[in-house]
Amino acid sequence: MSHDEPLLAIDGLKTHFFTREGTVRAVDGVSLTVPRGKTVCVVGESGCGKSVTARSVLGLVDEPGRIIDGRIAWQPGAGEPVDLTTLDPKGERMRRIRGGEISMVFQEPMASLSPMYTIGDQLIETIRLHLPLGKEEARDRAVEQLRRVGIPRPEERLDAYSFQLSGGMCQRVMIAIALAADPALLIADEPTTALDVTTQARIIDLLRDLQAETGMSVLFITHDLGVVAEIADEVVVMYLGTVVERGGVDEIFHDPKHPYTNALLGSIPRMGAGAGRRLATIRGNVPHPSDRPAGCPFHPRCDAAIGGVCDVSDPPHIVFGEARSVRCVLHDDGAAVGGDFRVDGERA
Amino acid sequence: MTTMNHDISGASGVEAGADEETATPILDVRGLTVHFPIKKGFLSRTVGHVRAVDGIDLSVRAGETLGIVGESGCGKTTLGRSVARVIEPTAGQIVYRDTAGRNVDLAELNARRLRPYQRQIRVVFQDPFSSLNPRMTLRQIVGEPLRTSGTVTGSELDDRVASMLERVGLSPKYMNRYPHAFSGGERQRVNIARALVLGPRVVIADEPVSALDVSVRAQILNLLRDLQEELKLTYLFVSHDLSVVENICDRVAVMYLGKIVEVAGTADLYAQPRHPYTEALLSAVPRPDPRLRGAGRRIRLADDLPDPANPPPGCYFHTRCPYAVPGVCDVAERAPLLTSSGSGHRVAACVRSDELGLAGVGSEVGGP
Repeated sequence: MSHDEPLLAIDGLKTHFFTREGTVRAVDGVSLTVPRGKTVCVVGESGCGKSVTARSVLGLVDEPGRIIDGRIAWQPGAGEPVDLTTLDPKGERMRRIRGGEISMVFQEPMASLSPMYTIGDQLIETIRLHLPLGKEEARDRAVEQLRRVGIPRPEERLDAYSFQLSGGMCQRVMIAIALAADPALLIADEPTTALDVTTQARIIDLLRDLQAETGMSVLFITHDLGVVAEIADEVVVMYLGTVVERGGVDEIFHDPKHPYTNALLGSIPRMGAGAGRRLATIRGNVPHPSDRPAGCPFHPRCDAAIGGVCDVSDPPHIVFGEARSVRCVLHDDGAAVGGDFRVDGERA
Repeated sequence: MTTMNHDISGASGVEAGADEETATPILDVRGLTVHFPIKKGFLSRTVGHVRAVDGIDLSVRAGETLGIVGESGCGKTTLGRSVARVIEPTAGQIVYRDTAGRNVDLAELNARRLRPYQRQIRVVFQDPFSSLNPRMTLRQIVGEPLRTSGTVTGSELDDRVASMLERVGLSPKYMNRYPHAFSGGERQRVNIARALVLGPRVVIADEPVSALDVSVRAQILNLLRDLQEELKLTYLFVSHDLSVVENICDRVAVMYLGKIVEVAGTADLYAQPRHPYTEALLSAVPRPDPRLRGAGRRIRLADDLPDPANPPPGCYFHTRCPYAVPGVCDVAERAPLLTSSGSGHRVAACVRSDELGLAGVGSEVGGP
């Protein structure tokens, strides 16, 4: 629905960390949108700023980090969008949004739940915080939530502690807590990274089913391209605090435009490709965000880098369509800049 | 019935007949068992045992890369470490064929007699951040095995360390730096250099790329491959990542609750698994191609692994197996043995593996 405003629109977000060793530009001009009812995957390696982007949305950036520029437009219903960067992170409005309208699932399910309280305590607390329910009604809703995320015998599990459950079960509980107040957006930060493949597959199925059922949007953060291919509608590829490429999932995997996306796809082993095949590599390492290279951040590792261009000037932002863009000089042939060359339809 | 019932030692005999050249095992593990006691109460009485490794038979051929896969808690790390005797095995034999062609049972040697063999079997650990001492320089870290083995001293030691660092792709000029100055990929190179500096023949690599970034992972995998070719190494590659294992391993052993449920050549195992657990593992791996979404058979296992201190009777996998038959798979007397299939190259521990047409990878599409 192109006439519809996106649920979340991040525009030129900059979140920097002011450390004693200098400023770390963890997120440095990130723009992305999350359409209603869609799953957007943010993919990138460690240190690319994907988690900080997500935490910036909820005002959860730890000291000494600060959002220094940009807008995060949040528009759950009709009416004017709210700019989340202008809200006080500890204020009443932000606290209502956090957990109520936007909620988050973290990477380590075992560490995210308190071992001092039962699953039920933690789930009921969230429900009563966001919904006007009495104790009994909240408990019934908690049981209902646990059943929805596929936990067997939810009445008994309500009185269990997190250490009595497996990692997969804990992640289901985390999802139940996140969905307790029917949020419009779920931010999932590497929710399956700590889990076994068999459990991961079931958690991904669950998220997909819940999304189909509730129509919520999902901002899914991961480094695993296999998971992206499995769940995403749209993909945002990040490298060193910037978005290098954006596009539909099929476009990203079958028509990658940025050299980094291309190299990343080439360096992962594909099952069914057969044994003993050498993998294509990306030379060097991901630089530390505090000493990022000038110009295009990827140029020291890029095979297509043009000397005197890529290492000097910031790469241009080439827009191919509403949800398709790339930051690379290779696609800058003048006509395409800001043009309306759309490739977001089905490719043959 | 073309199937014959015998344990894996018999099966390796079949393999030897099929492929004489490559079948000489450098390591032959027989009935290896590692039990960890569970202690409770004021007097710390032992109330039970976690059977982390539960009577494993496995032969590793010289020059091959043997993958060991399974979910967390299946005992794959314990198996790898007990073969190197980092963890003491409770029972069983680890028969190692040394350079002179003699067979030595490493499991029964005492610490002093084990030392010469510890130089020949080395371990690369998983986490490049916690496995290097932050107070030691690269020179000390990589040189330590040389120094403690007492064979090399002084400037020769420095030369050996420098050439080893160069071999794994690190510049020797970094020798006096500490690990914190290096990225995860570089630290894993240090880890590999430390394992290889004594010139081992067998390397046990315990999840060597799991903690690394996607773009660095490929570099380390290619490095391991090059070193294997150059130094004629044999790898025991422990991993939970089935796509990495497919890429680097010649053969794969699948573990479940301390037992091996299937061993086969990589191509065979991935194309045509013979154990339901292998099929389930393969179907759970997310494939990096959105066009494969929803393709193939989807098997979803229940989350909960049975308690390894108290495994279920019969086939350990029957509680989660979609094909389990009551009265057959859950009978204690009919616990499945590793059974070789017709070709003789592969074995699986499942009483129903012949009647089930299990689906592997790549059976659904032609691929991109």
